[in-house]
Amino acid sequence: MAVCIGFIGKENSPLFLRCINPSQELQFHYIMHTCIDFVEEKIIQSNKSGSDVRELYLGLLYSSEEVKAYGFVTNTKVKIVIIIDSTNSLLRDNEIRAIFRKLHNAYTELVCNPFYTPGDPITAKSFSILVDELLASSSSSS
Amino acid sequence: MADDALFDFLHMEIVSQVTKSDPGSLQDGVTMSKLEQIGYSTGYRFIERLTKDLSRFKDELEVMKAICKDFWSAVFKKQVDNLRTNHQGVYVLQDNKFRFLASISNSRQYLELAPKYLVFTCGLLRGALASLGLTCIVTAEVTTMPACKFQVHLQRA
Repeated sequence: MAVCIGFIGKENSPLFLRCINPSQELQFHYIMHTCIDFVEEKIIQSNKSGSDVRELYLGLLYSSEEVKAYGFVTNTKVKIVIIIDSTNSLLRDNEIRAIFRKLHNAYTELVCNPFYTPGDPITAKSFSILVDELLASSSSSS
Repeated sequence: MADDALFDFLHMEIVSQVTKSDPGSLQDGVTMSKLEQIGYSTGYRFIERLTKDLSRFKDELEVMKAICKDFWSAVFKKQVDNLRTNHQGVYVLQDNKFRFLASISNSRQYLELAPKYLVFTCGLLRGALASLGLTCIVTAEVTTMPACKFQVHLQRA
């Protein structure tokens, strides 16, 4: 089940972080921060390899005993990271891609909101509700 | 088709409202930068929707090409006619039948008043490139209507 979803902005500032268990939020902030390095490494790696199809989905970033992190970067350099429990092996790759697609769509909709300036922390309620639903639905599917 | 004309009319009104509200001698500087700022915010947000389904860009040349094709077609219903670069951060986008100028004239008539109608698009370009991570300065020039050139100077960090 997805334990935490985070958005990191262009200048690597945190835009949004939501976890199922609010008391673990600080720990996930640290994990998100370390994921920034992994994301940049993946980007440079895929630039060097020069493959023709360059995807926005970056795949598995980091795997440890407790958590696994998956990354996604948009063309406007906004990074999305999903952290899941290592004990859960039921969330498949295409399910994760689907979650990323929904998150990307939600972010794009948010940018059209005149009360949101890109680069600021995200405070829109409709966005938070959507992310909460995604977290809940991914945990109930496992 | 009525939908296309809506954007043309809206743009015309924005230009006339912004230039009307500042009739003083500082008119050119302040009003032009207001127009440019409107374009900047629009471009910044618009590019988020546009690049949602495109694959990741490798380098700035790819970004400029995408601007010339996808961005220009989405906004102006046509592609940029000519893209030139000196490979050192300066790009020139040439549009031979610029949408906002096409309805003004075909010759040198109204030439002095034409730049006002290019400012919004300069801002649009600057905002789009800023959102994609490229800071730049965009200027425009028009010698014969309805063709115009946009010069993009990328600032290297």
